[in-house]
Amino acid sequence: MRAAPEEGASRRVLVVWCADWPVAAALAEAGLPRHLPAAVFGGRGGGNLLQASNSAAREFGLRRGMRRRDAQARCPELLVMTADDARDTRAFEEVLTALERLRPGVLPLRPGLVALRSPERYYGGEPEAGAAIAECVVSLGVWDVRVGIADELFTAEQAARHAPLQETYAISAGSSAEFLRGLPVSVLDDPDSPEVVSLLQRLGLTTLGDLADLPGTDVRARFGRQADWVRRVIHGEGRRPVAGRTPPPDLAGEVGFEPPLVSAETVCFSARQTAERFVAQLGQRQLVCTEVRVEVETESSVGVASERRWLHPRWFGAADLIDRLHWQLVGVSSGSATGAVGDIRSAVTRVRFVPEVVVPESVHADGLWGGTDARVERGIARVQGMLGHEAVVAPTLQGGRSPADRQAYIAWGDRPTGLRERGLPWPGSIPPPAPARVFAQPLAASVVDVSGHVVMVLPRGGVSAEPARFRPRPGDPWQPVAAWAGPWPVAEQWWEPGGGRQIARFQLVGVDGRAWLCLFETDHWATEAAYD
Amino acid sequence: MGREITTHEALAGLVQLRAGGTYAVDGLTLAMALLAGPSKAGEWCAVIGADDFGVEAAAELGIVLERTILVPDPQESWLEATAALVDVATLVVVRPTGRVSERVAEKLAARLRTRGSALVALCDRGISWPRAEALVTTGGPQWSGLGQGFGHLRARRLEIEVRRGAAPPRRRSVWFPGPDGALRPAQGSGRPYADPIEAREAG
Repeated sequence: MRAAPEEGASRRVLVVWCADWPVAAALAEAGLPRHLPAAVFGGRGGGNLLQASNSAAREFGLRRGMRRRDAQARCPELLVMTADDARDTRAFEEVLTALERLRPGVLPLRPGLVALRSPERYYGGEPEAGAAIAECVVSLGVWDVRVGIADELFTAEQAARHAPLQETYAISAGSSAEFLRGLPVSVLDDPDSPEVVSLLQRLGLTTLGDLADLPGTDVRARFGRQADWVRRVIHGEGRRPVAGRTPPPDLAGEVGFEPPLVSAETVCFSARQTAERFVAQLGQRQLVCTEVRVEVETESSVGVASERRWLHPRWFGAADLIDRLHWQLVGVSSGSATGAVGDIRSAVTRVRFVPEVVVPESVHADGLWGGTDARVERGIARVQGMLGHEAVVAPTLQGGRSPADRQAYIAWGDRPTGLRERGLPWPGSIPPPAPARVFAQPLAASVVDVSGHVVMVLPRGGVSAEPARFRPRPGDPWQPVAAWAGPWPVAEQWWEPGGGRQIARFQLVGVDGRAWLCLFETDHWATEAAYD
Repeated sequence: MGREITTHEALAGLVQLRAGGTYAVDGLTLAMALLAGPSKAGEWCAVIGADDFGVEAAAELGIVLERTILVPDPQESWLEATAALVDVATLVVVRPTGRVSERVAEKLAARLRTRGSALVALCDRGISWPRAEALVTTGGPQWSGLGQGFGHLRARRLEIEVRRGAAPPRRRSVWFPGPDGALRPAQGSGRPYADPIEAREAG
């Protein structure tokens, strides 16, 4: 079994393949069980092409490249998920870290596929090494893992694809060519040159063996580098050493308190040095942190009592970190939508800063004549210290139907996430000019006809009577309607949160010349905005 | 009086913002009109206490949102927040939530003078600002575009009046907002924007 190490030659290569990784990662992140049929869609054509599916989905006949509606027609209960390379990579990092613990120097090929130098000597044989590695990956909850061992990377990857579930398939030394010759040319499937496989098949070259018998220079000229590379592998020239990655440095900074500290001010003061060290060690690597997770452990908590991610519009300096820690400790941001802040009710024993996103310094370097005004940032931080992080906001535009939906207040320093696209048509939105005053909460209004009855919107879109008098706000005096327009019905989509309402909007101008945007819903009136 | 702060061109000759000055206005639209000038000229602006600030209308008026700091609900600390933001913003709009004493106004004015900023007091909730440089009010709004059950609001003709001490008030008619949300002086009594009511009556 074991290859006698030739002089200067590389050793055996072991490839770990986690099948259907995009689906597995998406299911794991959504917290869904893996036996459900699921598929990941993405790619061209509006992201509606099937990119990966799990075995449960394949039983329904789903295949790569299928359109979403076809896939859903075959399998109505299919879990549809969107492709996200970042999520796949993030989830795979856990597998890489676990493997690195067994065998340093792993070479990630892409999410779901990783190569390492086979540790067969340590485990006393290739099947044993494969079993140990498969067990390690399965213990992380990754069920569908297969291991292949061979002389070269390409052969090992193909061997892994031939291995049964959680098993190892080893190609003994020197017999790569024999194994590869029997494989169909479709294993050359390369996203960069999708036409190669089809071309080979049309030429009548169905196996890699057929390809290998062609002259080398012709293969390279006609079918590209990958085919040439495979041809050379079959001819025994394809060995190359697996160069492992350097494990990423641990950049987190933490500080423990003994005895535990009670006051937020004391904690912040004591964490200052850690924050400075955190920023400095990133700086030594020419990195800056733009997103940080602050974890706080307390005396009474098991594990982390409070954790929250903070974003910075530029990057975190030591003072910024301390500010965020302080806001988190005093709980000014509790109840915010941006992140769960735990309850801190006992003395703090430990504070940890974990960098979530780091970028090279040069990306954020200030221009020669200054970037964002640091003076402004400091002034704003002072108000935030006084009133809380969420009290100072940056006004932002987004898409939506009502005036209140078309704007967003983003806490100063946070980066906007999840804003609605403004370029979409948004049927039912009010034509410009936009109202100058938009009430955060609609105010109760009253609109009546000549005889004093509340004006109603009929199911087919008309009004029960022309509005004659109205009162835009509870305390205001009644006044006659000078001009009005409406109803503009909006059928809010039932699948949108809080949707399914049948509402109609009106513009009303009183005899005093002031204009209001009012809303009729079911049986009552409200004022949404004023053209003050 | 301090240096001139860029003011919207439609207000030229009517009101000129100056560093250290306090200007009382009677509505949020007017406050936005005063914000638009310095904001377009690249200055930082802050708005305190306006929880009903219509962002889209502000953008249509030319206010640069990236350099606008909003404190929608400062609660009781409106004065402290104002004092802190006067340090960083060239124009600060504040809607006081409580009575403003002479002494507070005087202190804030001193701070404005040292920082070279101007203050716009939004006095639309029955609270007046003592010692304002000028009082800017609006009157006689006339909306066009809306009929009895048809059309939609298009533009508004508005009279802006500026009172400055004992001097006779200055007045000007403006289109504010115009159909694109902008602010323009109105010439004569003409209606530059198509009015469906008139169109319908004529046809």
